[in-house]
Amino acid sequence: MRFERREHRPLALVIATPILAIIGALAIAGMLIAMAGAPVLTAYWKILTGAFGSRLSTTETLIRATPLILTGLAAAVAFRARLWNIGAEGQFYFGAIAAAAASAHLVGGWPSLLQIPVLFVFGALAGMALLLVPLWLRLRFSVDEVVTTLLLNFVVILFVSMLIDGVLKDPAAFGWPQSEAVADAARLPKLIARSRVHIGLVIAILLAVTMHVVQSRTVFGLQSRAAGLNPAGAIFSGVPLGRTLVIVAMISGGFAGLAGAIEVMGVKGYVTTDLSPGYGYSGIVVAMLANLNPLGVVLAALFTAVMFVGADGMSRSMGIPTYIADVTVALSLISMLIAVFFTQYRIRR
Amino acid sequence: MTALIDILASAGLWAAVLRIATPLILGTLGALLCERSGVLNLGIEGIMTFGAMIGWLAVYNGADLWTGLLVAAFAGGIFGVLHSLLTVTLGLSQHVSGLGVTLFASSFSYYVFRLLVPVADTPPTIEPFQPIAIPTLSSLPFVGPAFFTQTAPTYLAILIAILLAYLLLRTPVGLAIRMVGENPHAAEAQGINPMAVRYGSVIAGSALMATGGAFLTLSAFNSFFPTMVQGRGWICIALVVFASWRPERALLGALLFAFFDAFQLRLQTALSGVVPYQIFLMIPYILSIAALAVMARRARVPQALMQPYRRGER
Amino acid sequence: MSETVLEISGVSKRFGGNLANEDISLLLGKGEIVALLGENGAGKTTLMSILFGHYVPDSGTVRVMGQALPPGKPRAAIRAGIGMVHQHFSLAPNLTVLENVMTGTESLWSASSKVAAGRSKLLAISARFGLKVNPDARLGDLSVGEQQRVEILKALYNDARILVLDEPTAVLTNIEAANLFSKLKDMARLGLSLILISHKLDEVMATADRIVVLRGGRLVAERRAADTTKAELAELMVGRAVNRPVREGSTPGKVVLEAVGVTVRQAGVDRLKQVDFHVREGEVLGIIGVSGNGQTALAQLLSGTAQRSAGDLVLFNQGIGDLTVSDTVEAGIGRIPEDRNREGAIGEMAIWENAVLERLQHFSRHGLVDRKSGIGFAKRIIEEFDVRGGTPTSRIRLLSGGNMQKLILGRNMIGQPRILLAAQPARGLDEGAVAAVYERIMQARRDGTAVILISEDLEEVMALADRIQAIVGGRLSPSVKAEEVDARKLGLMMAGEWEKAATGAV
Repeated sequence: MRFERREHRPLALVIATPILAIIGALAIAGMLIAMAGAPVLTAYWKILTGAFGSRLSTTETLIRATPLILTGLAAAVAFRARLWNIGAEGQFYFGAIAAAAASAHLVGGWPSLLQIPVLFVFGALAGMALLLVPLWLRLRFSVDEVVTTLLLNFVVILFVSMLIDGVLKDPAAFGWPQSEAVADAARLPKLIARSRVHIGLVIAILLAVTMHVVQSRTVFGLQSRAAGLNPAGAIFSGVPLGRTLVIVAMISGGFAGLAGAIEVMGVKGYVTTDLSPGYGYSGIVVAMLANLNPLGVVLAALFTAVMFVGADGMSRSMGIPTYIADVTVALSLISMLIAVFFTQYRIRR
Repeated sequence: MTALIDILASAGLWAAVLRIATPLILGTLGALLCERSGVLNLGIEGIMTFGAMIGWLAVYNGADLWTGLLVAAFAGGIFGVLHSLLTVTLGLSQHVSGLGVTLFASSFSYYVFRLLVPVADTPPTIEPFQPIAIPTLSSLPFVGPAFFTQTAPTYLAILIAILLAYLLLRTPVGLAIRMVGENPHAAEAQGINPMAVRYGSVIAGSALMATGGAFLTLSAFNSFFPTMVQGRGWICIALVVFASWRPERALLGALLFAFFDAFQLRLQTALSGVVPYQIFLMIPYILSIAALAVMARRARVPQALMQPYRRGER
Repeated sequence: MSETVLEISGVSKRFGGNLANEDISLLLGKGEIVALLGENGAGKTTLMSILFGHYVPDSGTVRVMGQALPPGKPRAAIRAGIGMVHQHFSLAPNLTVLENVMTGTESLWSASSKVAAGRSKLLAISARFGLKVNPDARLGDLSVGEQQRVEILKALYNDARILVLDEPTAVLTNIEAANLFSKLKDMARLGLSLILISHKLDEVMATADRIVVLRGGRLVAERRAADTTKAELAELMVGRAVNRPVREGSTPGKVVLEAVGVTVRQAGVDRLKQVDFHVREGEVLGIIGVSGNGQTALAQLLSGTAQRSAGDLVLFNQGIGDLTVSDTVEAGIGRIPEDRNREGAIGEMAIWENAVLERLQHFSRHGLVDRKSGIGFAKRIIEEFDVRGGTPTSRIRLLSGGNMQKLILGRNMIGQPRILLAAQPARGLDEGAVAAVYERIMQARRDGTAVILISEDLEEVMALADRIQAIVGGRLSPSVKAEEVDARKLGLMMAGEWEKAATGAV
């Protein structure tokens, strides 16, 4: 049995791939649900109703999708250029604390129209700065950025924990470790009245569309794609590899940092060590499900949010551990990898 | 200053070094074995987590401690099969496949744990491995309590390090593994099946990783809780580079690293209040990054590492 | 003929739509040297891969010493006594000579390697066949010739009775090649049977007893070496009278590029050592040398991907500092890279994207890529340079080697470059594509382009170049006019013996 490279990829297959992958993941997750002694189809139904069954749950799903779109974009942009940024989780927190600190101690008095964009910039810059360290280590010392970005996640989360325990601690929070809240003027306006859904969702979607245009139409898009596909060929054709990777890192880290800032400004209002339930890591799955396509990231982020919010609801009503959502999302990643493989290769006897 | 000397002079520190080093030794050796055959196994964090959970669960359900370790090793091997299917048979990106395995193995372990062990105020515990005093040697002053009064898995880990060094350098299997990691086409031309060798290495390596994880629940602590592995898997990956892919150096690297970790813990208590504890906890991760920066260029990396092997393609 | 050691009967093998081997039958006698001749893509490597168990034939059998050989198992082939010496060595640079040789020779279940026994066996074989090696040397530290010795020793260590050598002199100088062939003849006298895969007619005529010609997957002819001529063999290989381009007389124009005392240092090693050369409009400067002597550094220097550490470069009469890739494109320097798949193209990208990637500044406005003009550009190249097998938007990966090379030539030449750097332009191409490439180079020369041709093929350089310099160990020989040298003199130059070549002494 051999694998033979396909010459043409049937479009139908390419579009069907993420759907097949998700079905595969759900099937295996179904086995785990059965293992818990619960009726599988009911569980699936409960996931859907858990995500969309009520106004509250639908808005919750949209709120969850927002940071996932951004961390998904962060991963997609980086992976496309073969920059393995696994540090979105740390960049998220760094962006969050940068925005919170800036609002609480620097620009808190500024009017919304000015303060919000400025805090976005703080968040994005923080994320960028963080990713540039592993990038520098790669360019200068040939260190694989996978491990360094991963290790930095732990460092950053400890650092943020230290800050909100100490310097940035909210004195009004009854001793609970959390940062001071951002100014009222920094809170993001609501998208849907009388709900928690904020304009961060729209910003995220707009950024996804922008990224798509950049990648498919600009010189930078073409060059970064070449750099990811064949670095030697890119160098020969004059693509400035180092500079391109730096820009990619800035965009990727920027998105992840922005995700943290937006989460603080739009949802919670302050930073705690559990601000992110793994958005950075889930972003990687989102990016792979979207096949690194920015527009696909929006859909994949929505799917992932549905899984998490829906599984939360399902687990409460059926007694199945909430981790089933994480398992299903992880399985989707693996099945997506396999599905993509089969769009590129066929089996030959 | 005297506080520093006090810490260094206590046998307790050195005993802790060996104890802290054990999961790192096993994890690093496991990752090293995979990488020597050409496969980067980033599933290590998840595999260690699952090993920690399943080993503990077996013992919680009545098995003896050694069976617990075996169950963990076996489970690790299964994840090794998964990783091999993705990276060796299908030749997928070793980075992304490994991350997928980690995400899956960790979340799966939490799921199973939460399913089979009800939530309680205090997590349930088991009776862990007890330190074994090696006759005669353990009565030596200072070195006795420091080095010769460890739990069985610690002695096992050191033994495995020595065996792995021997295996890689002095046996035909070891040569086959090394050749597959350097030039799988050359290995095939000599009648070796590179895919089979990679499968074997990854499965065995994953079993070692899971055993390292099980040490955390069966020896170091006596209960399982989510995120208990705390990035040790990634530290092991860094240590493999630091050890230049050699088992004897991996042993030394793990010990060196564990020394800094043990030292940092004691320093925390000595300096608590002056320096935030988070700074101390950061040290292991920062050290790992530094180790990578120093060694990445100098280490002799197996030349076929990360190259998928496709028969017929040169 | 003495006893038959190898019998290949009716072997066929198909890959997708391509019939690589069609009903091939072949006999090999003990102590015989048979050459397998054919151009790229004729099916030589496929046949030998089947012999070695790398592929399973669709039909046909192989018998070694009268016993049927189980197909598809390299181990069975090794046990039967077939030893393969690959063109791209099957060796691991990080391991020692002994480790490379002993891999796979012992059962994987034994608890320890019999290293001492292995070492003495290796040294014994080494002495018997006159192939000197140091068993404990790290393979990567050895010269190419020494590494090849290890390749051969590996086969002999496995008690090979039949040795298959795939293009063994591709990486050797004339002198090393001559040594190798005399060793091979000694081995044949000692009872070994040899199959020599080659496309070099001189070697084949000088060394082989019998010559088998493959063309388009079929065995088209078999001759005794004594009974045939180079011309006949060439024609049999290609299937028609071979037409090499004729280099007409010309008067070169002014000097467009000159290098004086240029050194290129990479990773602490001087890859190019104080080299001097110049090239004029309308002339071809051939740089001949066996690969690994600094050609890559030279090509990188002129392509803008490596910078010099010392010396001067004068371009169009102006001294220049560092030369970057975009400088070369702006200056009108066309570059044909040595490895078209690695450097020349981004496989997954479209043909038009590959066509414009190195000159995006001409196909974009305000940072946005002008897709329409890019596709138009690609269309022109496809038409003018006869690129078949793709459209501007199809992936470049799908093109055959020859067509990809035509595209690469086209994207450079369509803009009438003033200088053309061609590194190994005909490597790995079939005869038709080779002729097309040579014609384009001659056309460029006619149009007044200054061409620098870096090649390992003596015949190619002698046919196309006006002046020739040999590159040896990072140094360039003085330039000689093509009319004033022959293969023997060039061989001497390639071995570094410039003075001898000049005086004619041997």
